[in-house]
Amino acid sequence: MDKPQNNRAWFMVLPVLLLVAFSAIIPLMTVVNYAFNDTFGNNAFFWVGVEWFKETLESDRMWGALQRQLIFSFTILAIEVPLGIAVALAMPKKGVWASVCLVLFALPLLIPWNVVGTIWQVFARIDIGLLGYSLGLIGIDFNLGQNASAAWVSVIMMDVWHWTSLVVLLAYAGLQSIPDAYYQAAKIDQASRWAVFRYVELPKLKGVLLIAVLLRFMDSFMIYTEPFVVTGGGPGSATTFLSIDLVKMALGQFDLGPAAAFSIMYFLVILLVSWAFYTIMVNLDREEERNE
Amino acid sequence: MARIELKDLAHSYLPKPGGEDDFALKTIDLDWDDGGAYALLGASGCGKSTLLNIISGLLEPTRGQILFDGADMTHAPTTARNIAQVFQFPVVYDTMTVRDNLAFPLRNRGMQASYIKDRVQQIAQMIGMDSQLSRKARGLTADEKQKISLGRGMVREDVNAILFDEPLTVIDPHMKWELRTQLKQLHREFGHTMIYVTHDQTEALTFADKVVVMHDGRVVQLGTPEELFERPEHTFVGYFIGSPGMNLLDAKIDGNMATIGSHQIPLGAGYKSPEGHTQIGIRPEFVTFTTDASGLPVQVTQVEDVGRHRIVRVGFEGNTLCAVLPEGTPLPEGTQHIAFMPEQIGVFANDWRVTPQTGGAS
Repeated sequence: MDKPQNNRAWFMVLPVLLLVAFSAIIPLMTVVNYAFNDTFGNNAFFWVGVEWFKETLESDRMWGALQRQLIFSFTILAIEVPLGIAVALAMPKKGVWASVCLVLFALPLLIPWNVVGTIWQVFARIDIGLLGYSLGLIGIDFNLGQNASAAWVSVIMMDVWHWTSLVVLLAYAGLQSIPDAYYQAAKIDQASRWAVFRYVELPKLKGVLLIAVLLRFMDSFMIYTEPFVVTGGGPGSATTFLSIDLVKMALGQFDLGPAAAFSIMYFLVILLVSWAFYTIMVNLDREEERNE
Repeated sequence: MARIELKDLAHSYLPKPGGEDDFALKTIDLDWDDGGAYALLGASGCGKSTLLNIISGLLEPTRGQILFDGADMTHAPTTARNIAQVFQFPVVYDTMTVRDNLAFPLRNRGMQASYIKDRVQQIAQMIGMDSQLSRKARGLTADEKQKISLGRGMVREDVNAILFDEPLTVIDPHMKWELRTQLKQLHREFGHTMIYVTHDQTEALTFADKVVVMHDGRVVQLGTPEELFERPEHTFVGYFIGSPGMNLLDAKIDGNMATIGSHQIPLGAGYKSPEGHTQIGIRPEFVTFTTDASGLPVQVTQVEDVGRHRIVRVGFEGNTLCAVLPEGTPLPEGTQHIAFMPEQIGVFANDWRVTPQTGGAS
């Protein structure tokens, strides 16, 4: 059979290929190159194999950053998801106030990240900041620069302030899609408020919550700008998360080799955890269906 | 169980209703006897579901009162009314098993576990789901889900009334018939007041002892299926009930004669000349073909064979009329004359039935 084949069609793909190459593949490969070589400038590279990976994996510094990162991510998830659902439930369902609420909740999402950092930096200052100064008045020393727990509280509060809105908006959209008849039937069945949430609302929210958790996890795992502006990773390395540590290593100390190895592992960890999250959630879903 | 009275009830979905057009339910006065099986029949959008939701307390009426056994329930919440309701589209609790779904209304009311177990088993048997009690409700088909909804509606024994809002829309025809029979049986067994909303006259007439016909936000007639058929109070009842519906012709009424153009039709009773837009109505079952030249001259346009009888459509001066012929009668063709059985002719003025003044024409 004669099938017309025109290889010129491949030229159509070329622009996209070029774009992806320059925006993703080439930079990534450069990082890979740095991760397996040592360099003393002048574009002279010496093959070192997995040396940098070994060094990074053996350093307490990286494990400390990873641990803080995990604590941070899980803390903000544990706060933002329930809080977001609660706020979405409390929001008016329709009318002018629903729109007002939506706009108000969307606002934090529109503020540039370093501005968010600056807002909270100023807010927490003990000399002029509303929070730091007020706490000082009632005898609590809220000094970001010296007090590690103050730094943690600030960073977590900031993230909750900045990102709970995302969960609120997603959960609100999910709640809006539940037909009225479900609430009416629950009323007829004399279901308690908790039962309505547990058996009507939560099952319908599962899909959007999965997305919310995934997005918030990936995003918080890569967080850099806001804690960098508020605490700069300090005091000491108390709030030095993975990306802050990485930048310190790559640009502060100019240890390009270890930093490159670090970034590759960082990337793989995010990929792995997100994949694991997704697979677990989807499998739970299937499991349930199989039991039916 | 209770007797439910609606007094001067009206409802508008607008916050500040103005004229009558703003009301989805215009003034309604209606009593539902304790233990009755009622059908609420009407076209889509006539206010049936609104009325149902007001009775169950999901909606609060703009005006009027609802009494349960004489006690004012107008502002009482749904839970205080002890009413079960089944909705048009299946509502099941997805994450629960079939068993938990059926037990849910009982558990919420703090019934004993042993009682719940027996009752759920009984209801599951009735709706034909007893072999699937342990399955999750989520993977079920639409009609299985609706059966669960029906089961949840019937699982409580002490309810004041069970309301059905077109519950069999998603069920396939064979199962429809079976479920309807079961509902009827259940009604006979437990004597709950049942109100069944539908726009399907067959469903209404087979289920109910009494049918409430609604039209444009009003109750136009409450009666037994026979009464609706024989003495429709409103032209809407006339053509909505019966298949095909009642023939209606504009006519001038004078005494016991109706005049249509140049034709005279004898009526079964004498009427004072009624005011307004007057019509005569006759069921197709009471239209006969005649060789008598004094009948209405018509042109046969179409014959439908529906099995037990045939429906003949004829044209008369721009109107289409229907006649039902029993099997075995010869089929009329071309130009014919038809006659109406005088005592079966109804007279309507502005769509409402007019009561005759005197006996029939001698």
